[in-house]
Amino acid sequence: MELLLYLSSGLFLGWSLGANDAANVFGTAVGTRMLRFKTAALICSIFVVLGATISGSGATHTLGRLGAVNAIAGSFVVALSAALTVFWMTKLKLPVSTSQAIVGAIIGWNFYSHSVTNQQSLVTIVSTWIICPILSAAFAMALYAFLRRFLLTRKIHLLHLDNMTRVGLLLVGAFGSYSLGANNIANVMGVFVTANPFNDRVIAGLTISGSQQLFFLGGLAIAAGVFTYSDRVMKTVGGGLMKLSPLAAFVVVLSQSLVLFLFASERLEVFLASHGLPTIPLVPVSSSQAVVGAVIGIGLLKRGTGIRYRVLGEISLGWLSSPILAGVLSFFVLFFMDNVFEKQVYSQIEYRCGPKVIVELEQHGIGDPGLVILEDKTFKNPVDLRRELRDKTTLSTAQIDQAVKLSQLGNYRIDSKGIKRLERDGWLSSGQIEALELIEGNTYCYDWVLLRDLSEISKEWRLRPDIVVNKFWNDELREKQLLLLLIFAVSDNANN
Amino acid sequence: MLFTGPTRSIITKIDEFLNKVSEAALILLPSVESYLQGDLEEYEVRVRQIEILEGQADTTSRDVETQMYTRSLIPENRGDVLGLLESTDNVIDTIKATLLLFSQETPTIPESLHSGFRNLAEACAQATESLVTAEHAFFRDVRMVHDLVHKVKFYEREADRISDHLKRSIFQTDLDLAEKIHLRYFATNVEKVSDAAEDASQRLSIYAIKRMV
Repeated sequence: MELLLYLSSGLFLGWSLGANDAANVFGTAVGTRMLRFKTAALICSIFVVLGATISGSGATHTLGRLGAVNAIAGSFVVALSAALTVFWMTKLKLPVSTSQAIVGAIIGWNFYSHSVTNQQSLVTIVSTWIICPILSAAFAMALYAFLRRFLLTRKIHLLHLDNMTRVGLLLVGAFGSYSLGANNIANVMGVFVTANPFNDRVIAGLTISGSQQLFFLGGLAIAAGVFTYSDRVMKTVGGGLMKLSPLAAFVVVLSQSLVLFLFASERLEVFLASHGLPTIPLVPVSSSQAVVGAVIGIGLLKRGTGIRYRVLGEISLGWLSSPILAGVLSFFVLFFMDNVFEKQVYSQIEYRCGPKVIVELEQHGIGDPGLVILEDKTFKNPVDLRRELRDKTTLSTAQIDQAVKLSQLGNYRIDSKGIKRLERDGWLSSGQIEALELIEGNTYCYDWVLLRDLSEISKEWRLRPDIVVNKFWNDELREKQLLLLLIFAVSDNANN
Repeated sequence: MLFTGPTRSIITKIDEFLNKVSEAALILLPSVESYLQGDLEEYEVRVRQIEILEGQADTTSRDVETQMYTRSLIPENRGDVLGLLESTDNVIDTIKATLLLFSQETPTIPESLHSGFRNLAEACAQATESLVTAEHAFFRDVRMVHDLVHKVKFYEREADRISDHLKRSIFQTDLDLAEKIHLRYFATNVEKVSDAAEDASQRLSIYAIKRMV
């Protein structure tokens, strides 16, 4: 029952995501009246659910961003804060990035739980606000100029052109909706994967795993958001910011998809690298920012006369305020949850730079006599350990970071129940499962010892050299490792 | 391709409509010719032909209008296209009304004025034909519209010039004043065909610019 309550914030986040992000794929089509809202909402919903259920439950990105939050009540608050923020922005008819709201809410949780915030995530958000719209605007300008010239020479009948544009908008929209479901479902439901209330079911000879059912439910929540509330943001994207022609509407969604595909697709990067081709640098992109950038690009091509700068200003403020608002909201709600409802919103993680850590550091060429002084001391948070390491040793900042990372205590027991669960969900290969079975019954107090043991047993648990062709393998393996740690974690501290 | 059925049907209907207007323009000159020759039987046949064409054009444009709205086709240009069909329909209406006037009032036209009426009818027919060609271009090759609209304007000016000359000739004859006024009224009515074509071409010009921007 409690789990269902927690699940509700994920569903609310899904609803908000649908209400806001559907505008990125169908906003211009509806705004230019090329598609009726109901048609767009229906297609969007179907493909969102398909994307969420089919592609969303793969091994990569299963956990989503909320995987970093280590207590379910904390995840509830983080999801709720992000959802409330996105809902508020949707009410204001502003297209914002749901992912950025989630990152903002997680930073709020980091502050509350004294966890370390990765500086990179902040840099990513800010650079997305700038780079992504510029890239998208450039693509839209080039595509629009080319298409107009091309179509004038092809002498296509006005009505045929209308039909082609409509079909194009439908196809790109359906594809975009599928990606929306596949890429975002993890943020909506991923955190509940390890506490999934659903069992596997066989329907018409097809086995549908528990996580697929969970993601299907999340997909339905997104679809509900699309149907019930997405018309507000669609109006802003499709006409509020600038009056668009149907061709411009098509160019906007196409540019957005291309920018996302070329500059955010790790699959493409790996494909190019594995064929000896030069890779395109990956930059942080967001569909909300890309779609606005593309509209502005077309506006600039028409000398900026049609752009409503007031609306653009409001949208920019929305981008700026959504992660901040989500962060602040998350911090305060966590305070209430913790102190008023007395729910555990984060697990206290302790740090100890014990003998195993010192040996491991030495193997990496990091040694200092000061480390021995700290070996029996347990720290309540990484900040204190970092301070001690700075005071008592001569290690560099990078070496201190590595020491802190290795010192993080956990409690993991490899049990048959967890192995069976992983086997059933089909996320791991048979080689990976066999390696797990070999260490069944073992307990670990450092996550890296567990992962090291596994990598020594099987090469399928081994990270490959850090080059582009191996990126996909390594990302997937890291995701699997995180999932493993969540599944085998036990709440009491072990002392081995 | 997907959904091409309704699109093809509307394209066919628009082409049909424009063909009817073009046919009416082609009939205008032989009709006036048979009237001037005194072949009233042949003239009445022509008038019936025009009436049928006008009725069919009306039905077709209404069909196009209904289908465009129900299928929400070309949302951005729908108003323009329907406005264009309406103003073009006005041209065929004017042709019908003018020819009916001859049939109803049977004015006596002296032989000295025959060539004037003939030339006026020819200029009006050519203005209408050029309009139809420009409208075809609007749908398929919008860059050509400007040049074709220019032709419509040329024939309209030509019709103005011929009409002015004809009216002066009418008032230089020995006919009664009542007859002179009656004939001037007919010259004005024939000229209205080219005016209607010009009105439609002006709309077309603006719509074409809108599509080019």
